[in-house]
Amino acid sequence: MGREISNSTTNQTQQSAMSHTVEQLVAVNPYNPDILPDLENYVNEQVSSQTYSLNANLCLLRLYQFEPERMSTQIVARILIKALMAMPAPDFSLCLFPIPERVQMEEQFKTLIVLSHYLETARFRQFWDEAVKSRHILEVIPGFEQAIQAYAIHVLSLTYQKVTRSILAESINIEGLSLDKVIEHHVANSGWVIEKNQNKGQLIILPRNEFNHPELKKSTADGIPLEHITRILPILG
Amino acid sequence: MTIAGTMGYEREQQIPGDYDPNYVPDSVKSFVVHMYRHIREKNVYEIHQMYETSFQSISDRFFKDAPWPSVDAVAPYVDNDHVFCLLYREMWFRHLYARLSPTLKQRIDSWDNYCNLFQVVLHGVVNMQLPNQWLWDMVDEFVYQFQSFCQYRAKMKSKTEQEIALLRQYGQAWNVYGVLNYLQALVEKSMIIKILEQEKEGLEQFTATDGYDYSGGSNVLKVLGYFSMIGLLRVHCLLGDYHTALKCLLPIDISQQGVYTSVIGSHITTIYHYGFANVMLRSLSSQESSYTELISIDCSLPATSDLVVYYFRILIVHFNGKESNDNVDAYRLQLKLFLYEVKQQQLLSGVRTFLKVYSTITLGKLAAYMEVDEPTLRSDSISPPKDMIHVAESKPAKRYGDYFMRQIVKLEGVMTDVDRIKLE
Repeated sequence: MGREISNSTTNQTQQSAMSHTVEQLVAVNPYNPDILPDLENYVNEQVSSQTYSLNANLCLLRLYQFEPERMSTQIVARILIKALMAMPAPDFSLCLFPIPERVQMEEQFKTLIVLSHYLETARFRQFWDEAVKSRHILEVIPGFEQAIQAYAIHVLSLTYQKVTRSILAESINIEGLSLDKVIEHHVANSGWVIEKNQNKGQLIILPRNEFNHPELKKSTADGIPLEHITRILPILG
Repeated sequence: MTIAGTMGYEREQQIPGDYDPNYVPDSVKSFVVHMYRHIREKNVYEIHQMYETSFQSISDRFFKDAPWPSVDAVAPYVDNDHVFCLLYREMWFRHLYARLSPTLKQRIDSWDNYCNLFQVVLHGVVNMQLPNQWLWDMVDEFVYQFQSFCQYRAKMKSKTEQEIALLRQYGQAWNVYGVLNYLQALVEKSMIIKILEQEKEGLEQFTATDGYDYSGGSNVLKVLGYFSMIGLLRVHCLLGDYHTALKCLLPIDISQQGVYTSVIGSHITTIYHYGFANVMLRSLSSQESSYTELISIDCSLPATSDLVVYYFRILIVHFNGKESNDNVDAYRLQLKLFLYEVKQQQLLSGVRTFLKVYSTITLGKLAAYMEVDEPTLRSDSISPPKDMIHVAESKPAKRYGDYFMRQIVKLEGVMTDVDRIKLE
């Protein structure tokens, strides 16, 4: 769908207007095949504007399920890639369940399934190696690499108290000067601290959280909600 | 479309030779006359008794392997009341589905009857008060007959030309959009979501009265709308869309008792599908983990796959009915993905068992216990620096605050009771 090149402000208004109306369409007609083309356009819109709506995409997959002859595998691939970018949310499998097995057997979908498996099990080296091979379907999705890098950093932060520069480089597939920039950015914004280490090179100390420092784990259950207190107020009074 | 008109298609059905759809035994006469009266008088208790007990005992005595008398035959005893006739036919078809195998024409007629019944309810012209059990059964049976139709249609090879022509002619019958939209319309028209919200603020009563309306109104639309949310939960699970399934159930707070727990069938269906969808979403919290345990205990595979195959055999989702193989594919696919989810959980629970004993452990030691070599495990976890793993145990914290609150309220209740006792 070739969108006219226009100045960026009207572009943004159009986009937000579109997402607004499509979300409404889905809310009002969750089971209406007439909105299928709108939802397909909306997937492309999500790709180009780097936005995301699981709800609308699941609705489209549902309609494809009812109208198999109208399914576009290109759109399905885009939905799955957007779902990969939403990791650690379980969106990828959620989108996979309604897709018929014979479609899942297609080469591009098999690759995406393998990629999601690598991400799930945090095998980032293998992920990036595999992703290179499927560059043609991934490169057309703006923000793909950044989204996966953010996920990798998220996983590292949950797992490690300290991480070596080489493991970080391997996980986010960035090296050299660009890696310095990333590290600088996180030192400034996410509380990373660099520790110089003679034999091992740079060591990054990640901020403490309840996952990499178990003793920080809050016992969430100890609060009492206000409405429960109100129940005993008459008794106390 | 009359029931008598369906007799031409009785190919699959074994009906005793002496069955006459127009013969109405005295007990049936008395049944419809009384039921009709109780419905007009809004006597929920009596309606429930007749629905639960009399209908069963008359079925056992007279209609073990034959349908009930046709609606035309009983209509004269109930003033030809339109709505009563729709209700009667709803029961008539349900009995037929349970005891005999419905013909294609009967399946289509049953669809028509549901459409007419729901239309009447949606237009708000009913003024009845029906038992929750009956209203639940309507939604439950509606979804069941939809599934049953999908399975039936998938077996195209064994169809006669006459049947195929009929299928084409009534393409709208049990159409997936129709089914979903009726359930959705009942949810919306009943305003049930708003009612449940307002109830939280104390502005409305629904759960407290089990959904019944004691101020002269009808409970039918409201409660049908309520149960339709559970119907949608189920249909979306059948379709493999677990996210939307749970979204449909959101208005019902399943951490508490509610109208859904007032009928056993509805309680089981709700918890079962809720649990299943959550396993697929991997969002079971530790309190709810009994469900995963239940599944992973007998996950020494043969047993589980039987269990899950059983589940997926019931749910068959194919709609255009062209290739019957897709049916089998659909359930095999869900089974495969489900087992994949369970296996992941199982792997983790293996690691967890060892980690329970230690608060820190070296990678090498863990690898030895798990009977894998270190590099493999390393790639399974991602290697920690200095190869030392710190173990965080997740233990459900006890909620003392909540416990004390409840005891305070309870004590106050006891005190009030004690105060009320007058000693002679």
